[in-house]
Amino acid sequence: MLLIRCPYCEEERPELEFRNAGEAHIARSSDMAATSDDDFEKFFFIRSNPKGIIYERWRHMHGCARFFNAVRDTVSDRFLMTYKAGEPKPAKLPGASK
Amino acid sequence: MIAAFRIPGAGRLKQAETASFSFDGRPYAGVEGDTLASALLANGVHLVGRSFKYHRPRGFLSAGAEEPNALVEVKRDAARKTPNVRATVQELYDGLTAQSQNRWPSLSFDVSAVGDIASPLLSAGFYYKTFMWPKSAWKNLYEPKIRAAAGLGVAPDQPDPDHYSARYAHCDVLVVGGGAAGIAAALAAAETGVRVILADEQADFGGSLRFESGARIDGQDGFAWAQGAVAKLKAMDNVRVLSRTTAFGYYAQNFVGLVERVSDHLQSPGRDLPRERLWQVRASRVVLATGAIERHMVFADNDRPGIMLASAARTYLNHYGVAVGRNVGVYTANDSAYAAAIDLKKAGVGVAAIVDLRDNPTGPVIDEARALGIEVNFGRAVIRAGGKLRVSSMTVQPKNGGGERTIPVDAILMSAGWTPSVHLFSQSRGKVAFNDETKRFVPGAYAQDCVSVGACNGTDGLSATIDEAYAAGAKAAKDAGVKNAGADTVKGAKPKVDASESWSRGMLGAAPGAGADTTVKAFVDFQNDVTAKDIRQAVHEGMRSIEHVKRFTTNGMATDQGKTSNMHGLAIAAETLGKPIPQVGLTTFRAPYTPVTFGSIVGHARGPLFDPTRKTAIHPWAERQGAVFEDVGQWKRAWYFPKAGEDMHAAVDRECVTVRKTAGLFDASTLGKIEVVGPDAAKFMELLYTNPWEKLEPGRCRYGIMLREDGFIYDDGVVGRLAPDRFHVTTTTGGAPRVMNHMEDYLQTEFPHLNVWLTSITEQWAVIAVQGPKSRDIIAPLVEGIDMSDDALPHMSVREGKICGVPTRLFRMSFTGERGFEVNVPADHGQAVWEALWAEGQKHGACAYGTEAMHVLRAEKGYIIVGQDTDGTVTPGDAGLDWAVGKKKTDFVGIRGMARPDLVAKGRKQLVGLKTKDPKVVLEEGAQIVGDPKQAIPMTMIGHVTSSYWSQNCGRSIALALFAGGRDRMGETLYVPMPNGTIEVEVTGMVFFDEKGERLNG
Ligand SMILES: [Zn+2]
Repeated sequence: MLLIRCPYCEEERPELEFRNAGEAHIARSSDMAATSDDDFEKFFFIRSNPKGIIYERWRHMHGCARFFNAVRDTVSDRFLMTYKAGEPKPAKLPGASK
Repeated sequence: MIAAFRIPGAGRLKQAETASFSFDGRPYAGVEGDTLASALLANGVHLVGRSFKYHRPRGFLSAGAEEPNALVEVKRDAARKTPNVRATVQELYDGLTAQSQNRWPSLSFDVSAVGDIASPLLSAGFYYKTFMWPKSAWKNLYEPKIRAAAGLGVAPDQPDPDHYSARYAHCDVLVVGGGAAGIAAALAAAETGVRVILADEQADFGGSLRFESGARIDGQDGFAWAQGAVAKLKAMDNVRVLSRTTAFGYYAQNFVGLVERVSDHLQSPGRDLPRERLWQVRASRVVLATGAIERHMVFADNDRPGIMLASAARTYLNHYGVAVGRNVGVYTANDSAYAAAIDLKKAGVGVAAIVDLRDNPTGPVIDEARALGIEVNFGRAVIRAGGKLRVSSMTVQPKNGGGERTIPVDAILMSAGWTPSVHLFSQSRGKVAFNDETKRFVPGAYAQDCVSVGACNGTDGLSATIDEAYAAGAKAAKDAGVKNAGADTVKGAKPKVDASESWSRGMLGAAPGAGADTTVKAFVDFQNDVTAKDIRQAVHEGMRSIEHVKRFTTNGMATDQGKTSNMHGLAIAAETLGKPIPQVGLTTFRAPYTPVTFGSIVGHARGPLFDPTRKTAIHPWAERQGAVFEDVGQWKRAWYFPKAGEDMHAAVDRECVTVRKTAGLFDASTLGKIEVVGPDAAKFMELLYTNPWEKLEPGRCRYGIMLREDGFIYDDGVVGRLAPDRFHVTTTTGGAPRVMNHMEDYLQTEFPHLNVWLTSITEQWAVIAVQGPKSRDIIAPLVEGIDMSDDALPHMSVREGKICGVPTRLFRMSFTGERGFEVNVPADHGQAVWEALWAEGQKHGACAYGTEAMHVLRAEKGYIIVGQDTDGTVTPGDAGLDWAVGKKKTDFVGIRGMARPDLVAKGRKQLVGLKTKDPKVVLEEGAQIVGDPKQAIPMTMIGHVTSSYWSQNCGRSIALALFAGGRDRMGETLYVPMPNGTIEVEVTGMVFFDEKGERLNG
């Protein structure tokens, strides 16, 4: 069971308290109705599914209930860092393996 | 009476404290502290099982957890039958009953042993090849036969009456393994004051000190020192000592799973004791002191009962006081078997000869063996064992060929060397490294905060082990405990080793008697019956990777996970491939280290505790009324309320008719309820639902539809606006949690600028639906502060006031098509208000109705149920709910998805009504619909029936269906092919009763 640091609670808590919520940094258009078919496809259906570093959303479901972002290495299953929803992708990752 | 092979005064058990037991129905006497294995051996019993595939007779290979052969069934009673128990691990208790497995009709005569003769058919990969033709025979003939003949024990056929507990634990230093290394590490760590857990799989701590008669620490016998050290650790407040506890899995971030066998060793465990306890430990630092496992020699018929690891024979002698034979042979490729021969000889057991594969080894143990008069042969191999149910001889030959000599023996002690137990290290994702000099894999690069010490780290000798472990324990405590203990100095003294034994090296792979050109049965993996020949054959048939060899031969895939076989298998594969061992690679170790019961994983989470059961406030009343309940998710819902003599059909018909004639009460408390509050509440509702909300007057309600971004219906429900900044939202019963999550997601991440708060209020409000022409008459007398007139409280409105003196949110709404109300009251008052309404209802002839009648009544009106009439691919347009989509809105979740080309294309499946031509025929929900019943099979299916009921109010069956071009087919005849014939149906609108909707105000 992983330990995940909730950036709102500022604590590492067991994975049981959290729920994954899919890839992060996929913004919903502010003019949704005018989105082209191609852009909608990219927004709704296409996910990167990388081997390695993934930016993803988690929710501290059984804690503060906040959604936040995390950087995880899908190979080692290590969380490199977590940060609050709305914050930009971190420019530099601590302890990235490769 | 002392058993025949128990040596008076030998070993550590109190031989006067006897325990009786039975094996295969025969009574035997053992001693307190025995394992089932040592007790059987004391009685001269070696034959205890039949092998998995060939049904070959098998005895004990080991004296520990690595045992591949001696698997038995231990039976306490009819429900407590545990199969595949390793007799070498099971502790004896008075009255223990065990029996052998996988034999018929008896252990000594097993008809399936012809599998041994027919073995050419069963060689490596046999299940991929031999029995594949004809195809049908695999399923009907071969597989059942093979399954019946091959196998382990039989699972019990009754529910497990035992209970299992679970604990979470945190510590600074977890030490796995309680031999000399683990104890030393735990002492060093514990003396700094940090929190330490020390776990060992055996009943007694000490590890290899159980058999190492030459070890002396702090002036004592090694094993006695271990007991003293553990007693000291147990007395410390910061230390938890767990015996009979196996660390079976090493997971991410130093999360280690342990299973503690709490009562399997007790004669009559109290009901207050769990059988096992699962420990889920999170440790800052882990010290792995898991030791090493001796390997067997691979030679012809090396599986005969009586042939065992040298360390096992030594353990049986030095710990249990049992001689494994009267005249033993020894076959070795390293020094450790000499110590066994010496101990046995000194205890009065005859040692026929030591056969050493090495050419000219030297050392004190060799000198000592010779001094004791034991015959020692160098450069020779045991090329085969004689005997069948018990070994009777060993045939010896110079390893490069030459004259054979057969020596009578009743046991053979063997040692090919020692394999470091890197299982947990490997599970922690550490990378092992091959040491070519010592021919073993040892921990290389670490992936987690752990350290390996002692034999599992390839450290030889007791002194070096204790030095290494003590330093590692102190360092782990310092690394982990700086902030916890604040103490970084070890207060105690390092244990001092006065005398020790040391050995290393050995050999891997097949010995000469099972060399490359032979087809003898020289076993590598005893439990899965894999021979050296099988592994060579796998390579010859094209397997290159060790992972392929493993799967093709099943080497190392049995329940012992190849503890004794993996290295031999790898070496044989490497030799056959002509590659160095590291290039062939080691297979990955997986959890669990030893088999773990389902019980310990499941713990208390079974029966009623498997999943929560949710009951409404009104549940006890419904129970008293004799309601039949149905499960809806975790909820128990009243399904129907049968009166005496009524079946379900009759009860539902009566309930449906009564609601439309007078009134009915329905417990709608399970409806999901979410309060949306804040200055931007209406804006938020606009974005989350298809409907317009800004202009909805406070006090009015609207039927809302929620979509996902893809444009498909996600949920629906009536929403009341209590105030400009306050909405009372209802959701489907099953949808409540995900709708809440969906709303929170958008609020927190996409629309965080909106000032809105979301609160789940499902459990706070009990909901009593009162529906029917008399509904107002029933409610009105109990209500205070709400004008119940149609003008003041029209259909689809909500008021706050009091009912029976408690606060209520009173909705005028209908899921039946009748004049109706939903009375929300605080859940604590739910049952009292229900009973008051029930008393009023009785005056008017109202009934209580359940979910079945609710379904029928709503279907009569064509009201959909999301999840039944929709399936996640239905748009509002498909469901005939276009009217609920705000045409002027510029944004809401799903607005773009709804406009996707496929979702606006012609010919989509649409929801409409169906009437069977024969009004008495009720369609089956889920039944497929076709346009032309005469077409060839497979027919083109155009859709399916989503809801179907007998409607007593309509005097006929009614149905809703989702099929291609639905609304364009009004009046057409379609067909529902069923096993007993095709049913003709007519396409109709969705409203079957009161099409004009006049009864809402009736
Ligand atoms: Zn949190």
